[in-house]
Amino acid sequence: MISFSQLEKYFEQLSDFAFSQLQRGEHLGLNLAGEEQDYVRFSQAKVRQNTSVTQLDVEMIFQSKGRKTSSTTSLLGHEKEDQARLAALLERARQEVEVLPPDPYLVPMMNHGSSRSQHHGRLLSAGDAVKDIAQTAAGSDFAGLYAGGPMIRANKNSLGQSHWFSTESFFVDYSLFAVNSNQENKAVKGVYSDSQWSTAELAKHLQNSKNQLALLQKPTVTVKPGSYRTFFAPGAMAEISSMMSWGALSFSAMKRGTCALTKLYNGEVRLSEKFTFKENFRTGLSPRFNALGEVAPDELTLIKNGKLENMLVSSRSARQYGATANGAGEGEAPRSPEIATGTLAEAHALRELGTGLSLSHLHYLNWSDISAARITGMTRYACFWVENGEIVGPIKDLRFDDSLFRIFGSELIDLTSESVVDPAVSTYDARALGGKKLPGALLGSLTFTL
Amino acid sequence: MELTLATPRSPALLSSPQALRLCQKELPQAEWIGLRFHTENTHTRSVRNEVCEENSVVLSSGVMVEVLFQGHFGYAGTCDTTESGLRTAAARAMALAQVAASHQIHHFTVEQRPKSVGYYRSPVFQGLDDQTVKGFVDLLLAASKALKVSEQIVSAQALVRLVEADIHFVSSNGSDVRQQFLTVTTHFQATAQDGSESQYRSDKGNLARNLQTGFEAFDQDDILARCEQAGREALLLLKAPNCPNEKMDLLLTPDQMLIQIHESIGHPLELDRILGDERNYAGWSFVKPEDFGRLQYGSPLMNVTFDPTVPGEIASYNFDEGGAPATREFLIKEGKLQRGLGGLESQDRLPSVPGVANFRSALWNRAPIDRMANINLEPGTSSLQKMIEQTQRGILMQANTSWSIDDYRNKFQFGCEHGQLIEDGRLTTVVKNPNYRGVTVPFWTRLQAVGGADEVEIYGSPFCGKGEPNQIIRVGHASPPCLFRQVEVFGGGT
Repeated sequence: MISFSQLEKYFEQLSDFAFSQLQRGEHLGLNLAGEEQDYVRFSQAKVRQNTSVTQLDVEMIFQSKGRKTSSTTSLLGHEKEDQARLAALLERARQEVEVLPPDPYLVPMMNHGSSRSQHHGRLLSAGDAVKDIAQTAAGSDFAGLYAGGPMIRANKNSLGQSHWFSTESFFVDYSLFAVNSNQENKAVKGVYSDSQWSTAELAKHLQNSKNQLALLQKPTVTVKPGSYRTFFAPGAMAEISSMMSWGALSFSAMKRGTCALTKLYNGEVRLSEKFTFKENFRTGLSPRFNALGEVAPDELTLIKNGKLENMLVSSRSARQYGATANGAGEGEAPRSPEIATGTLAEAHALRELGTGLSLSHLHYLNWSDISAARITGMTRYACFWVENGEIVGPIKDLRFDDSLFRIFGSELIDLTSESVVDPAVSTYDARALGGKKLPGALLGSLTFTL
Repeated sequence: MELTLATPRSPALLSSPQALRLCQKELPQAEWIGLRFHTENTHTRSVRNEVCEENSVVLSSGVMVEVLFQGHFGYAGTCDTTESGLRTAAARAMALAQVAASHQIHHFTVEQRPKSVGYYRSPVFQGLDDQTVKGFVDLLLAASKALKVSEQIVSAQALVRLVEADIHFVSSNGSDVRQQFLTVTTHFQATAQDGSESQYRSDKGNLARNLQTGFEAFDQDDILARCEQAGREALLLLKAPNCPNEKMDLLLTPDQMLIQIHESIGHPLELDRILGDERNYAGWSFVKPEDFGRLQYGSPLMNVTFDPTVPGEIASYNFDEGGAPATREFLIKEGKLQRGLGGLESQDRLPSVPGVANFRSALWNRAPIDRMANINLEPGTSSLQKMIEQTQRGILMQANTSWSIDDYRNKFQFGCEHGQLIEDGRLTTVVKNPNYRGVTVPFWTRLQAVGGADEVEIYGSPFCGKGEPNQIIRVGHASPPCLFRQVEVFGGGT
């Protein structure tokens, strides 16, 4: 395997080879994704499993005769063998376009320019990370995942377009558990994520979590289903806002009847003036270029003061539905979302909540009725019953079922004046890039059903 | 000669025995070494509104090197299957295992990797070589056309996902297991829209039709008839009233039973969840080790098996990835909890709880963990018609569309595509947005009737997510229709 530090040059050589194989009228786009990660899973502050992963894939988008195919292959990181793999897939793609019907919405390949973004980190070796985490977490019931190492995304096409994004970073995504006076398990959630490892910072995160855990050891308060004034911490907001990735802001989903915010688009409802949602690539958490190499604007406001200003429109949707593309990927999901802050100082959140529920996190959200933007989910982690601005005790987990039109509309009292970055910790197939920037939110009421 | 769906294959650079010898030479300090070569080709073809949207193939190949050192298993996966790639992976697996061994959660031995030799192949009569690209795309185009029964159908999607997987496991204690799979997932969906209101109906739910089979499963006439029915039902739903909010009897068809079984039986019985490994991600479980052999999980009509032996069900296999032979086992018998879903590692950590052969990984880049395979509700003696006739006030719900459950697997809420009221023993009004909620054990205790063997249908999911790092795996669920008494049912709207 070619060293990851030499991968940029290697990709250039591999691309040059692939482009040299093209015939008249053929175009090729290549998307490279790679990672060299160490994953260490902990439970009870001990190592349950550790896995090192080296993976490198290239997606080949081939266009010819008004048709398109996509082929992705693992690479070996050895030039001769990888060239053979690409050549075989190219030949296969060439044969396939002969038998596919024409694609009326094909987005012709273009040169969308070049970009280069490289973020170096100071990471520990995985072995040292294991020692640091195990020693710092010793004595606590710590469960979680360390992931660290370089990640790469790059794009080139046969018309000269070239993008490179590489980053070295890590995260420790964890939960701390304790048993409260009712003999119930209670937990807090934490994430330590950065590009520069610091044992002192890890210890600080864990200490903050332990302080929260102490509050959870109070006796449990049983809260019956009903409507309650509710404060969402940024962790809970991250879950709620993730529903925006399920087609809620996708122009094609709206056209296809699977968009939760169609009523907002049609002007039948309006969200709170306090609610503004945008794509903000200035956070630098994820590349601005998409799989076609199109570069999204630094910022794109999607909902401004409660009114839908833009939906995410891919070039394909633009061709299909006669709209204007705005750098979205084919999935038309936010890639670097941010919710604008409000005026509520986080330190005063419980005081302003008064009596109700303070929820640190939510769990397993899904639609109850997509046309009504209604969602359900569970409370999770540090969730408290609060009276007169004071925490009374942790709750037993509750199920909520309510509409985004109320959550970010009629019931939104304020958002916190501070926001935090919720880094992506998803590791399906490979470690994800990106994250969300979110404040907390105070709601006049939220409906709990079970 | 016409182009078939088969894709080019890269030749193996090293044979498995050669690779094993190389790693043994590199790692003399290892107490045990296992190599899992895994190649997976995923073909996705999708047509929407009679336009090809996706023609893609993902060819993933690599090897997972697994070493045992001082009671700890370390893993390193690499896509570089050359000699140098294997050497590097072996060194990485050992280096981290050496550090992690002194922080291990449990001292494992080679007993958790028994010697196994064998072979498995999906029951396939017509493979990818037998199907032309053009013929296959034409079928999807026709299906999309059949779905669009009206201008109000704004999306008519026909999607097929074919996965060829070839897993070869060899180990230093003589294991040599090769298992080759072909799985077929189909999805046909019509979405009807009128203003801001939309409803969809699919062929048994989102990506629910999953089988290990070949192209003999594609009967064009049958597919087109099913698509047309889905289109018409989507239109009906668009005009239908909302499901009422009330407590009533609930009759679930097998295409909804799949998620009920998956979320409220499968996941809570996973031993790694019960042990706490999953607490930071999907969650823990309300089930405790002492519940096995004691807990009355549901009514005496409830019989649930772990069954990797069902021909054609998507998660059938002969061995799990620890080398344990896969056999059919009762998890719940006459409502009482018998056995957990845990492989040999979990069984060693929880010796009081019997387990199954379910130590599985998503791909070459992930370590195996306890997963569901096929979890099936065994048939009873009733029938759909009898259950309808015995219901005074109830609802028949079909095809899952929404699913949510808490991190201990107690409080759930599920939504279906299609509801139809049952009044005085007869099916009556079609209702939209049918949802229900409940708590796992009380819900299963309300199981009142179970359909017979002739009404068992096999479904599954290609996308069960779990683990850290995260893994997606294929799971199968077979069930007859089932009747539950007095469940909280509700509809949509704000």
